[in-house]
Amino acid sequence: MPPSKLDLLQGTLDLMVLQTLTAMGSLHGYGIARRIEQVSGNQVLLNQGTIYASLVRLEQRGWIKSEWGTSGNNRKAKFYSITKAGRRQLAADARHWERLTGVMDRVFGRSKEADEALGESENPA
Amino acid sequence: MSSFRRATGRMRAFFTGQRLDEELDAELAAHIDLAVDDYVERGMTREEARRCAMIEFGGVQQAREQQREARGLMSLDILLQDLKYTLRTLGRDPGFTTVAVLILALAIGANIAVFSVVNTLMLRPLPFPNAQQLLWIAPPPTKCGLSCATYSTDAYDEFRIGSRSYQDVTGYFAFSSPDNLSLKLGSAPVTATSIDVIANFFQLLGVQPTMGRVFRAEDARNSASPVILLSNAWWKRQFNADPNIVGKAFDINGHQTTVIGVLPASFDFGAVFAPGTKVDAITPLNLYGPPRDWGNIITMIGRLKPGVSLAQAREDADRVAPTMCWNNKRPDSCGSYAEHKGVGGVVPVPLKDYIGGKLRRALVVLWFAVGAILLIACVNLSNLLLARAAARSKEFAMRGALGASRGRIVRQLLTESLVLSCAGAGFGLLLAIVLVQWLAHQGAIALPLLSTLRIDGASLGWTVFIAVFAAVLFGFMPGLRMAGGNLQESLKDTSAGSGQSRKHERVRSILVVSEVALACMLLVGAGLLLRSFMHVLDVDLGFQPDRAAAVKVEYNDSVPGDKTGDLSTQKRSVIFQQILSRVSAIPGVEAAGFVDYLPLSQNRSWGLPFPRGVKAPENLDGPLVYVVTPGYIRAMGTRLRGRDFAWSDGPKGEQVVMINESYARFLAAYTHWPNNDAVGQVITNDPKNDPKNDLKVIGVVDDVHEENVDGDAGWQIYYPATQASPAGAQLVVRTTLPPATLATSVLRTLRDLNPKQPIAEFRPIQSIVDHANSPRRFFMLLVASFAGLGLLLAALGIYGVISYTVTRQTQEIGIRMALGASASIVERQVLVSTLRLALIGVFLGAFASLATAKLIASLLFATSPWDGATYLAMAIALLAVAALSGYIPARRASRISPMVALRAN
Repeated sequence: MPPSKLDLLQGTLDLMVLQTLTAMGSLHGYGIARRIEQVSGNQVLLNQGTIYASLVRLEQRGWIKSEWGTSGNNRKAKFYSITKAGRRQLAADARHWERLTGVMDRVFGRSKEADEALGESENPA
Repeated sequence: MSSFRRATGRMRAFFTGQRLDEELDAELAAHIDLAVDDYVERGMTREEARRCAMIEFGGVQQAREQQREARGLMSLDILLQDLKYTLRTLGRDPGFTTVAVLILALAIGANIAVFSVVNTLMLRPLPFPNAQQLLWIAPPPTKCGLSCATYSTDAYDEFRIGSRSYQDVTGYFAFSSPDNLSLKLGSAPVTATSIDVIANFFQLLGVQPTMGRVFRAEDARNSASPVILLSNAWWKRQFNADPNIVGKAFDINGHQTTVIGVLPASFDFGAVFAPGTKVDAITPLNLYGPPRDWGNIITMIGRLKPGVSLAQAREDADRVAPTMCWNNKRPDSCGSYAEHKGVGGVVPVPLKDYIGGKLRRALVVLWFAVGAILLIACVNLSNLLLARAAARSKEFAMRGALGASRGRIVRQLLTESLVLSCAGAGFGLLLAIVLVQWLAHQGAIALPLLSTLRIDGASLGWTVFIAVFAAVLFGFMPGLRMAGGNLQESLKDTSAGSGQSRKHERVRSILVVSEVALACMLLVGAGLLLRSFMHVLDVDLGFQPDRAAAVKVEYNDSVPGDKTGDLSTQKRSVIFQQILSRVSAIPGVEAAGFVDYLPLSQNRSWGLPFPRGVKAPENLDGPLVYVVTPGYIRAMGTRLRGRDFAWSDGPKGEQVVMINESYARFLAAYTHWPNNDAVGQVITNDPKNDPKNDLKVIGVVDDVHEENVDGDAGWQIYYPATQASPAGAQLVVRTTLPPATLATSVLRTLRDLNPKQPIAEFRPIQSIVDHANSPRRFFMLLVASFAGLGLLLAALGIYGVISYTVTRQTQEIGIRMALGASASIVERQVLVSTLRLALIGVFLGAFASLATAKLIASLLFATSPWDGATYLAMAIALLAVAALSGYIPARRASRISPMVALRAN
C-alpha cells in the first residue's frame, strides 16, 4: 500500500457511511467500502472490515437500517439504507463538519497572513 | 434518545450474541464473495481475486472483534471470559482453593455475625414503629438500686398530665419477681413470670397482638375481672399454640384469669427491658389499687410528639419535675424528684441508648477484633496468591507476550480474588446464619435484644461490602506485582532459585510480619479480657455461691381483719419457721433461710436510717433493703459480727436490723460509737426520733455485691421477716452435697407443707452469679475465639512463607550441605529466620497494643491495659506458635539430600 494514505479521524467513517448511503440509497457493506474508496480517490486508509463496526454503531443508534437482499450478481447480502433520523443526523454533522473545516481553513489562512504582516513589519521601507 | 437506543441495543446484543455472530459471519462472507466477483470481472483468476479481496478487507478476526466491541457490552464479555477462566484455574488447584475459601469463610462469617450483633444493638431502630420517638424516663443512675430509678404512681400521673412533649407516657411495674405466676393446669401448679404494665403500654409502643386484643383502661380498674396477655413463646410452649385460647380462663394465683390475647413473636419484653430473663405473660397494672402506696415502683417510657426534640423534652421534664409528688397525700414529698445531686431527677434519654448504650464500647472493641481478623485473613490470602503468582509468572508473561495488556491481566487476577472472596462470603454467610441463630437462642446471656438477632438486609449488604473490600485488599498487591513483572525475565527465569524472587520474598515477609503484629494485638486484647474475667471470678461477693441454691416459695400470710399487720406477721413467722425446720432436717442441708430479694437480682430501698439524734445529710440514697429470716445469713455464707435474727424477734419486741460493713462505716463517721462499732447501736428512720421507731443494730455483715459483680457494693440493711413485710420468699439452702441432688427432696418437702406450692426452679446461687457475669463472659469468649482464629491464621501464614522459602532454596541448601553444613545447622537457620519474622511482628504488635490499649480500658476489671504479665504471656505464646509453624519446614530443609537437590531442576 502506498504510505501516504490518510488515517481516518475518529467519527469521520460514520459520517462517510451516512453520506454514501444518502447518495447511493440501499447498499451492502462491500459496496459502501468500495464507494468510499472510490470517492476519496483511494486517499483514505481503510481496512474494509472496519466499516462493520461503524455499521453496527449507526444501526443501534437508529440512523440506518438493514435488510437481507440479493445483489446484482445474485449474492445474498445485507443491504443498508439511511433512516429519517439518519438524514437529520447527517445534516447536523455535515454542518458541524463545514464549520470545523471553515475554522481550520481560517486558522491556516490567517496564520499565513500574519506571517506576511510580521515579515513586513520586520522590514520597514 | 439515540444513546438510549444504543444502550438498549448493546444490552440486547449482549444476550443474543451467538445469533449476531452468525449473522456477522454470513455478512463478512458475502463481503468477500462480492469483492472476489468484482476482481474476477476485472479479469483476475479466482485465486488471485480472493487474495486481493482478503488484503483489501484487512484482518477478518479484527473486524469481527471490532464489530462485537461496538455492538455489545465488551466489559461484561471480558468478565464472563475471566470468570470462566478463573473457575477453570481454581478447579485445577483444589487444595489452594479450599484453604483460601475456608480462611475467608471464617473471617467473613465472624464479621457478618458481629455486624449483626452491632446492627441489632446499635444501628437498627428498636423493634417498634417510629422507635426513635420512644424515650426512657428515669433519674440518673444511683447507688440505691431500682427504688431510685423508678417513680411512684402519683408522680407518674403528674408527669403524664403535666408534660407537653409526649403523645403519651406509659410504664411498667419494675419489681415483678421471676416465677410470680402460679398457673393451675393439672395436679401441680406451673410457675411463670409476668410483668404488670400500665394499660396504655402496648398502644404506646405500637405493638399489635397476634390474636385477641391488648389492654384497655378498664382492664386496670379496681374490681376489674383479671385478664392476661400471653407471650408468643409461652403460648406455644405451655398452650401448644392453641388457636382458640383467647377468651379461655385459667386459675392463676387463685383468680380466674381470662386470656385476652397473644402477643406477636416479634415482641419480647425480656429482650428489650430485662435482658437475660424470660417474661411469659403481661398483666395490667392497677394504678389506683394498692400500688398507690407502694412508693417508687414505676419505670416510665414516653413517646414524643412528632417534631419534638430530645432537648425540648428535657426542658419540659425539668419544668414538670418540681410539681411531681412522691405521694400526693404528703405535701412534703412534692418536688422530691426535682433535683438529684445537682442533676434533674427526671431525665428522658432515647430508649435505644438506655438499652444498648452501656454496650457500645464492648461492641466497638468486638468490631475492631473481627476487623483485625479480616485483615489477617486478607494478608494470608495475599501471601497465598503471591506464592501462586510466582508459580504462574510464566503463564502471565506468555499472555503478556501474546498481547494481553497489563490492565487486562490485573483484571483477570482481580476477578480471581473476587471469585474467591465471593465463595468465602457465601460460606461465611452460612456460618454467620448458624452463629446468629445460636446466639439468638442464648436466653441466659444478659444482653438486650439478643433474641431479635437475625441476618437482615443490612447484614447482607455488609457481606457484599466485606467480600468486595477483601477481594480488592488481598488481590490488588499480587495482581500489580504479577502484571508489572518483566516479561523477558519471567520467560527466561527457569529455575525456582534464580531471578526476581528475592523481591517477592521481601514482600511476603512484610505481609507475615504485619499478620503476626495483628494477631499479637488480638491476643493481647483477649488476654487482658481473660485476666479481667479471672479477676471478676475471684471477687469476694460477700456470699458463697457454691453449694447454695434458691427456690421461690409460695405462702399465704393473709389474716382477715388484721388491722396492724401484726397478725399476718405472726402467721408468716410460723409458716417460715415450719418450712425451715422441715427443710433443715433433710440430710445434706447445712443451713436454710428466707430472703425476699436475692443478691444480683432485684432490690429496693426504704429511706435512710441514721444514728439517733444525728441529722442525716440531704440528697443521700438509702441502703438497699432485704427482709430475711434467721438462718439466711448463714445459708448464703455471709460473714457476720454480732448476732443473727432470732425467731423471738417478734412484732411486739424490740425492732432489730443488721447492716453491712460499708453502711456501718458510713454511719460511724457521723457519730461517736465505741470503737466505731455499729453492733448494739440504735438507728432510726424517724426524723422525730420517736423511740417506738428505733432500730437496734444487732449485727454487721459483709458487703454483698447486690447489683453487679464488678462494681462496688453499696449500703445494705437487713430487716427480720418476723417484724417487716417481705416482698416474696426465696428459700436459700446451703448444702454439703451438690445442690442439684437435693432439688427433689426440698421441693417434695415444700409440696408436703403447701399443696399450692408450684413446681419452681431450684436455682443454684452460682447460676445467678454466672448470669450477672454473662455479658463479660460472652465478650471475653468472643474476643478469645477471634484471637485464637488470628493465631491460627498467623501460624498458617508463617508456615506458608517459610515453607515456600525452603522450597525455593532447595538447591542452595543442597550446596551448603554438600559443602559440609550439618542438618542441625540448616534446621537452626530456618528456625532463626522464622523467629526473626515473628519477633519483629510481636514487637510491632506489642507497641500497637500499648498505643491502643486505652480503647479497652473501660472493659477491664482490676487489670491494667498495660498489664506486663499479659503482654509477656501473649508474646511467648505467639513466638511458640511461630516456632512450631517454622519447625515443619525446618525439618524438611534438614532432610534435603544434597545429591537430589543438586540434580533437581
